[in-house]
Amino acid sequence: MGQLLKVDDINVYYGAIHAIKGVSFEVNEGEIVTLIGANGAGKSTTLNTISGLLRPKTGSITFLGEDITRTPAHKLVEKGLSQVPEGRRVFLQMTVQENLEMGAFTEKNSDLRGRMDRVYEQFPRLKERYRQVAGTLSGGEQQMLAMGRALMSDPKLLMMDEPSMGLAPILVEQIFEIIKSLHEAGTTILLVEQNAQMALDIADRAYVLETGKVTISGSAKELLENDKVRSAYLGE
Amino acid sequence: MKKITSKGLSPYRKNEIISYGIAILGFAVISVLRSLGMVSSSLQGQLVPICAYVIMAVSLNLVVGISGELSLGHAGFMSVGAYTGIVVSGIMGTMGAADPVRFFAAVIAGALAAGVAGFLIGIPVLRLRGDYLAIVTLAFGEIIKNIMNIVYAGIDENGFHISTKSDYGLSAEGRMLLNGPMGATQVDRISTFFYGFILVMVTLFVVQNILNSRQGRAIMACRDNRIASESIGLNVMKNKLMAFTVSSALAGMGGVLFGLNYSTLLPIKFNFNTSILILVFVVLGGLGNIWGSMIAAIVLTVLPEALRQFADYRMLVYAVVLIVVMIATYNPAIRSRVSAFAEKYLRRKKPDAAPAEGGAD
Ligand SMILES: Nc1ncnc2c1ncn2[C@@H]1O[C@H](COP(=O)(O)OP(=O)(O)OP(=O)(O)O)[C@@H](O)[C@H]1O
Ligand SMILES: [Mg+2]
Repeated sequence: MGQLLKVDDINVYYGAIHAIKGVSFEVNEGEIVTLIGANGAGKSTTLNTISGLLRPKTGSITFLGEDITRTPAHKLVEKGLSQVPEGRRVFLQMTVQENLEMGAFTEKNSDLRGRMDRVYEQFPRLKERYRQVAGTLSGGEQQMLAMGRALMSDPKLLMMDEPSMGLAPILVEQIFEIIKSLHEAGTTILLVEQNAQMALDIADRAYVLETGKVTISGSAKELLENDKVRSAYLGE
Repeated sequence: MKKITSKGLSPYRKNEIISYGIAILGFAVISVLRSLGMVSSSLQGQLVPICAYVIMAVSLNLVVGISGELSLGHAGFMSVGAYTGIVVSGIMGTMGAADPVRFFAAVIAGALAAGVAGFLIGIPVLRLRGDYLAIVTLAFGEIIKNIMNIVYAGIDENGFHISTKSDYGLSAEGRMLLNGPMGATQVDRISTFFYGFILVMVTLFVVQNILNSRQGRAIMACRDNRIASESIGLNVMKNKLMAFTVSSALAGMGGVLFGLNYSTLLPIKFNFNTSILILVFVVLGGLGNIWGSMIAAIVLTVLPEALRQFADYRMLVYAVVLIVVMIATYNPAIRSRVSAFAEKYLRRKKPDAAPAEGGAD
């Protein structure tokens, strides 16, 4: 199990606001790692910094042994790092199929057909609706589409920002089932979630973020048994 | 990518055919009518400007409709093209070049100059998020106008002269090209309706090929959702810059066509009002709708002339027509009455409008 991603002591600011204060963690090949934390803890900020949408003031980010701290967002997909951004950002005016095609935009001469078939296998709902305009999909379907689109680049690491946000419990279960099966199919996953219970159930390891700092970390099992985690994030 | 989308692209193709159809049919009909002597002299004089405005509207649509950035200085690029073209045509004229050679050399030079201007403006501005492009293009239009007001140029046996002073030593036999606030003078009117038609076709070809290409998908994706575009590895700035540069170059081309249609051309002709007029064509024709831009440009160029009989009420009628068209094209009840084909097209363009219509019934 090689190391895929290493985040080393990053500090991120929004103007004068110090949003991330010295966060470090790593993701190894084949793992599901989850970042959990309350609203405003800095989870999205962390992901957006990794994916190049934000720049850390200090600290470094390494992906597959290569320093990507200052690599622009659009170059990371080619390197095998794909993000499903927060809030189901699909191309509303394009069809399901066109959205998926866009996901493989940076790939040249690759086996698109095969990948699309695999995505449709994972998400049968999308297959049924391949010609439907994305703007008319339900929230859950849009989330699936955003995930499917990210998978079209065949990423080595898939980062997801709150895939369960705003979905009915039954759909949340479905989404997590899919994440699990993606993982079983060999994709390494970095998952940001507020739904700590669900996230810890499927994750290998977890980090708890509180106001921009990692306060607790360990295997998912340990965290599920941690008293502080139980009272603060599992509502017990 | 097209390999996979078998049926998905057909609406784009249909629109493409409509645009070419309008251009070819318009040219054929007018040509026949002209040979029969059935075109009024006022319309006759408007044929080249109509072509120029069609080029302006279609090219602006590439920025405003397709790439989703507001530009308020399209006339500025038209101006750069026009004056570059006039100078090039003037110089070549004194060298005795044939008209078609002069014209197309001027077109290439004008497009290049305007394209470079667009590129240079785009580099810093398109990095920013927000409406900065609108502000900067607005300023650009005004700056170009003011620069043209103080540029003097001419050619004589000693060669080409350019200066910001009116007494720049042009010899008596020399030929004045640019005369400061008086603009271009003694321009050889070498633009023709046929050339205009060719340039319209070139513009349609360029814009519609971009639209249907991989690049076009990327440009529209960046417009629709910047964050999603970045997450799939698109360089948003590069895509927007590409659209803006191409649009500027095409506007320069339209400017050359326009400029070489008049014997004198004042810099004030390319002011803010002209930019807004072109923007009106685009908005009224429908953002992203190429043939809509063409129709709007044609109708709204012909209309003020056709309304001359209303004398003082002319602009009032013009405004009323604008409002009616706006209401009509956005009214679901009227829209649902248009043909099945048009319906299909509109639903595709505005997917979120479809359920809203259903809900209103
Ligand atoms: N663009 C911004 N400008 C200023 N402050 C910001 C900006 N985006 C986020 N913040 C602040 O940074 C902190 C971390 O925000 P972030 O979005 O990373 O939280 P989060 O953990 O993802 O929360 P949530 O679970 O609600 O999505 C918050 O205090 C937030 O207000
Ligand atoms: Mg968040």
